Amino acid sequence: MFGPAAVTTDVLDIGTRQEEDKRRQMIASGGTGAMCASNFLGEPAAFEVPNVADPAHFCRSNFASACGAADSHQTVKFAKGTTTLAFKFNEGIIVSVDSRSTQGAYIASGTVKKVIEINPFLLGTMAGGAADCSFWERNLGMQCRMYELRNGKRITVAAASKLLANTVNSYRGYGLSMGTMVTGWDETGPQLYYVDDDGTRLKGNMFSVGSGSTYAYGVLDNYYRKDLTVEEAIDLGKRAIYHATHRDAYSGGINNLYHVTKDGWKKIHSIDVNEMHYEFAEEKKNAMSS
Amino acid sequence: MDTVFGVEYEGGVILAADQSNARSILTYQSNLDKITTLSPSSALGVSGPNSDLVNFSEYISKNLALYQLSNDGIQLSTHAQANYCRGELAKALRRGPYQVNCLLGGYDKSTGKGSLYWMDYLAALAKVNYGCQGYASNFCLSIMDRDWKEGLDQEQAVAIVEKCIKELQVRFLISQPNFVIKAIDKEGVRTLKFGADPSDN
Repeated sequence: MFGPAAVTTDVLDIGTRQEEDKRRQMIASGGTGAMCASNFLGEPAAFEVPNVADPAHFCRSNFASACGAADSHQTVKFAKGTTTLAFKFNEGIIVSVDSRSTQGAYIASGTVKKVIEINPFLLGTMAGGAADCSFWERNLGMQCRMYELRNGKRITVAAASKLLANTVNSYRGYGLSMGTMVTGWDETGPQLYYVDDDGTRLKGNMFSVGSGSTYAYGVLDNYYRKDLTVEEAIDLGKRAIYHATHRDAYSGGINNLYHVTKDGWKKIHSIDVNEMHYEFAEEKKNAMSS
Repeated sequence: MDTVFGVEYEGGVILAADQSNARSILTYQSNLDKITTLSPSSALGVSGPNSDLVNFSEYISKNLALYQLSNDGIQLSTHAQANYCRGELAKALRRGPYQVNCLLGGYDKSTGKGSLYWMDYLAALAKVNYGCQGYASNFCLSIMDRDWKEGLDQEQAVAIVEKCIKELQVRFLISQPNFVIKAIDKEGVRTLKFGADPSDN
C-alpha cells in the first residue's frame, strides 16, 4: 500500500491501485495472464473491475450495496438481509445462522446455506451480499489450502481472517458488501474473528452480524455465560436466531447450527424457524399452566 | 467516533484511548487497544476506521523495527519517528484517502524527556505538550488548556486524562465505557489502566 508510488492526478481514487497492479501483472505474464487470478499467499486474487477510467466510482454509482451507497438509483441490487451469530464458550464455539435471502421486499430464497465450510477446521458466515461472501470465502479457502500445501501445517484462524481482511481491504470503496465471522480451532484453541467490507477485523468472544443482529444480541447478551453446557449453548444459539427471525422481516427460513471443537466443526441441526415458533409457544403455555 | 488523548509530563508522556469499535448503531466491541507500541520507547494512538488504524500502525512499527535491524540497532528519535509517520502518510495520501488521526508519544534517552506529536489524516504534523483526537477534542482541549503546566509528574498527567474521560462520560452523547491509559517513559511503554482487558477474547 505504501510502496513506491507514481504521483498521479486522480489523487482521491483508490481504484487506480487495482488497475496499476493488473497492468503490471499483464506485462509480467506477457499479456496472457490478465484474466488469471494471482494466487500468491497474502495477495488478494486479481478480480476483474469495470473497464472505465474510475472503476471505484463506477461501482459506487451502479451497484447498490449495504456499505454507504444506499439502495436508490443503482441498477443492480443485492440479495441481502440476514441474521448470523457466533460465540465462544468453554466447550468450543457455536455458529448459528438463518437462511433467508431477500432482494428488497422479495424473498429470493428461503434455503440459503449461510455457513461456509472453508475446510474441516474453519467456518465462515455470510451476511451482506451473498455473491461477495461466497466468492471471497471460497477464495479464502483456496488461499488456506495453498498455505497448508506450502507449509505442511494448517493455517491459524488469525492468519486466515487476516488474509480475508487484506483482500477486502484492497477492494475498499468498490461497494463490496460483506459482514463475516471466521471461526475455527487451531493450535491456540478456539478462535473467533469478525471481518467486514470496510476492512475491520476484530477478535472477540461473541459477534452477531446482519439486519437481525440487534435482536440476536438482545437474547445473547442476557443469557450468555462462559460456562454454558453444550446443550445450553446450542439452545441459546437456536433461540437467538429464532427471536431475530421473528422480529426482523429480512431474516427467516431455517436455522443452521454448527459446533466447533478441537476435532473440527460439526453440524448440529437444521430446523425450520416456523416449527421453533410453535415449539416455543407450547413451552410458554405449559410453563404458565404449571 | 474514537477518542485519543496525549499529555506530556516531566520525563514521559501519557497516551490514552477509548476501547470501543462501533458500526452504525451497534457497538461490536469495547475492549480494544488502539495504542500500538512502535518501538521500545514510543507508542502511537490512532483514531479512525479499524482497517486504516491496523494497516498504518502495523506498517509503521514493522518498518521502524526493520530500520533498527538494518542500522546496527540504532533507534530513531521520537522526532524522527514522527516525521517518518508524516512522510509515509503524505505518500499514501497520493494514492487514496487514509483516515488516521494520530498522537505519537515517545521517550528519548538522549534528552531524558518525553515528547508528544499530533498528526491528522491530512498528514499535518505538530509537536504539542498535550493533544486530543476525535469529537472528544470539543470537550477536552479546554480542560487540558486549563490544567496543563510545565513540570507535571506522572500522577498529575494521569489526573488530567481522567478528568477528560469523566467529562466525556458526562457530556458526550456517544458511549465510550472503557479507556486504556499508557505511560511512555524511561522504563518503556507500560499500560497503567484499562477499562476492559484487551487480551480477554
